[in-house]
Amino acid sequence: METIWFVLVAVMVAMYVLLDGFDLGAGAIHFLVARTNEERRQVIATIGPVWDGNEVWLLAAGGTLYFAFPTLYASGFSGFYLPLMIVLWLLILRGTSVEFRNHIQSPIWIPLWDFIFSVSSLLLAVFFGAALGNVVRGVPLDASGYFFEPLWTNFRLGEHTGILDWFTILVGVQALLALMMHGGLWVQLKTRGAVSERAGELAGKAWWGVLVMTAVVTGATFVIQPQVIANFHTWPAGYVLPLLAVAGFAAVKFELHRKNERNAFLASCTYFLGMLTSVVFGVYPMVLPARNPAFNLTVQNAKAGAYGLKIGLIWWVIGMALATVYFVYVYRSFAGKVAETPDTPGHGD
Amino acid sequence: MGLALLLVILKTLALRTGDEHYNRAARFWAKIFGINFALGVVTGIPMEFQFGTNWAEFSKAAGGVIGQTLAMEGVFSFFLESSFLGLFLYGEKRLGRIGHWWAAFLVFLGSWMSGYLIVATDAWMQHPTGYRINAAGGIELASYWQLILNPWALWQYAHNMLGAVQTACFVMAAVGAFYLLVKRDLPYGRTFVRLGVIVGVIAAILQLVPTGDFQGKMVAQNQPAALAAMEGLFVSQEGAPLAVIGQPDVEKRQLDNPMEVPRMLSLLTYKHWSAHVQGLDAFPANQWPDKIELLYYSYHVMVGLGTIFIVVMALSVFLLWRNKLYESRWMLWILMLSVPLPYIANTAGWMTAELGRQPWLIYGLLRTIHGASPRVGAGNAWFTLLGFMGMYTVLSILWLFLVYREIERGPEPENAQPAGETAPAAD
Repeated sequence: METIWFVLVAVMVAMYVLLDGFDLGAGAIHFLVARTNEERRQVIATIGPVWDGNEVWLLAAGGTLYFAFPTLYASGFSGFYLPLMIVLWLLILRGTSVEFRNHIQSPIWIPLWDFIFSVSSLLLAVFFGAALGNVVRGVPLDASGYFFEPLWTNFRLGEHTGILDWFTILVGVQALLALMMHGGLWVQLKTRGAVSERAGELAGKAWWGVLVMTAVVTGATFVIQPQVIANFHTWPAGYVLPLLAVAGFAAVKFELHRKNERNAFLASCTYFLGMLTSVVFGVYPMVLPARNPAFNLTVQNAKAGAYGLKIGLIWWVIGMALATVYFVYVYRSFAGKVAETPDTPGHGD
Repeated sequence: MGLALLLVILKTLALRTGDEHYNRAARFWAKIFGINFALGVVTGIPMEFQFGTNWAEFSKAAGGVIGQTLAMEGVFSFFLESSFLGLFLYGEKRLGRIGHWWAAFLVFLGSWMSGYLIVATDAWMQHPTGYRINAAGGIELASYWQLILNPWALWQYAHNMLGAVQTACFVMAAVGAFYLLVKRDLPYGRTFVRLGVIVGVIAAILQLVPTGDFQGKMVAQNQPAALAAMEGLFVSQEGAPLAVIGQPDVEKRQLDNPMEVPRMLSLLTYKHWSAHVQGLDAFPANQWPDKIELLYYSYHVMVGLGTIFIVVMALSVFLLWRNKLYESRWMLWILMLSVPLPYIANTAGWMTAELGRQPWLIYGLLRTIHGASPRVGAGNAWFTLLGFMGMYTVLSILWLFLVYREIERGPEPENAQPAGETAPAAD
């Protein structure tokens, strides 16, 4: 049962990364692909109706994690106290900027929110990457089951790690580049003209960066977290996951070349899905590895009571089936490219 | 949540009467709803995180139980709300009249479900049900339905939602009163005032009877020390009086300058003139709520304002019935100036609930002092608290500015074309 919940939470987190990933990426490349106020309006318009729903995946995944693995939630969230608070501030700034940017047509109002939107998106991408890096690397849990990481210590992988060290920074950079690619492909798909072209070009350039960083980070991961290799060794069927990532990644370049915008974006989704599932597969049965393996949090010692997990499965399946219906409906409703000019004059405030 | 209900009412009126006026009114309030919703979303996310970041011991102990309701809120309510809000705000033409009504209804449904699930979470902390203590000493879920149908949750929810509805009614009536007083957008002014006071008087009365009454009985039954502190009753007695005004002096264990209604507390709580009511002296001091003065004032502010709301709304409805409301400038002034009061009453109500529960985090099970995160030091907690205070101050100013701006700009003119489709551009 706890393994089922491990998989379900992982699926929800993966959905969050795929969906909110493209709008974070769109934010990170905001100034690179859009030069004028009008072009920037288009970039924001591609995510306007959906970013909030995408972010709900984070909340729903958090809630599910909370009830399935309460010990992990308590230990992880209090240990990652500072970076999580900074993430919250960035999420607040970012959400506010998307919603409020178009309220007032003024040369001081719009650029301010554009700037906040882009910088907060960019930093969030790095922080989420670094967070994933921390989980893979392991945290300084002790016998109490708790830990507290400062933002940084000496940037080395010793006993007293900080949130940022050379490894987690590398993962952060990888995440940023990958989300820039992902966001670029999304903006390319949802816009027309110069913005779309620049976004596609940028995604193509970011692809090379992602290639290098993926290779480097994967290599480092094998060294730092031996569980990963052990798991692939024990269950060779797991190799299908990294293969999925590689296939998706190659397809991004191929589809970009063929100018198939939809497939390129879907290929990028496949890359993310493959990468994330590989990581999750690699650390199982740990949910939060400790620097000292004696204190690892695993699906066994972090799970909630059996009755709760069983009953949760019933409502979870019903709830997520409904949520999937809403998402399909909403994305179909807002299908197609956003207009190059606002439809109705005077709208947007 | 209150405005979501009023939006459904406006959309229903538009559908039933076929009068485009109500659709235009709904579009005006939808803009304000959008601003509120955006700020609600971004300030709501920290609340879920904070269970883990700041209350780790509590989460570890109780996450298996209240995690159920919190996760259900995400899965059932937030997806529903966020999906249909986008359609409600940007898809009016695309969806058609009936479809747009449904979008409004589903946003309402999502937000009201969300309200229930979060209140059920709080209710479990006030009055834990459906749990058992396992072999390791942890708390785990024993009965899903006892958690969901906690009797405390049912009354607290009704009481809380009526507070939300009253807030929306006062805001709507105040904006309407403002338009009537400055003699602009008169048809809208009349609609807003009318809808606000009619729904408002119903909510104001239900807030007191039965929901407030039953909520009080719940407290009397399950948290008698909290009731004694709320009422400022230091000494147990038969035929206990109800203190209307007075300042609690905890040191001397007395109420200074009291204005009391004799025997009223006994009557209200136990339906008997001379019923015995436990005062604070019936409980050891380590069971007393920590901030008795603040609790006492929160409760009295809530009840006092609730009473004023009934009077204001009833008077307005009476004038409306006599066809005098729109010309009674004094009444419109009162409605306009009342706008902050329901916000204060709601805050005071929540403070009453949460201060009354002290010193418990989960009543009878876990002390607040034992629920915090063991490794988060005071320096880091202060750092983030100050950060949030600064951030929320900025957001409050922004909110006031943007909402005021929408009110100043006002609804579409009555002779405007039916609104065009709005692009999926952010609004």
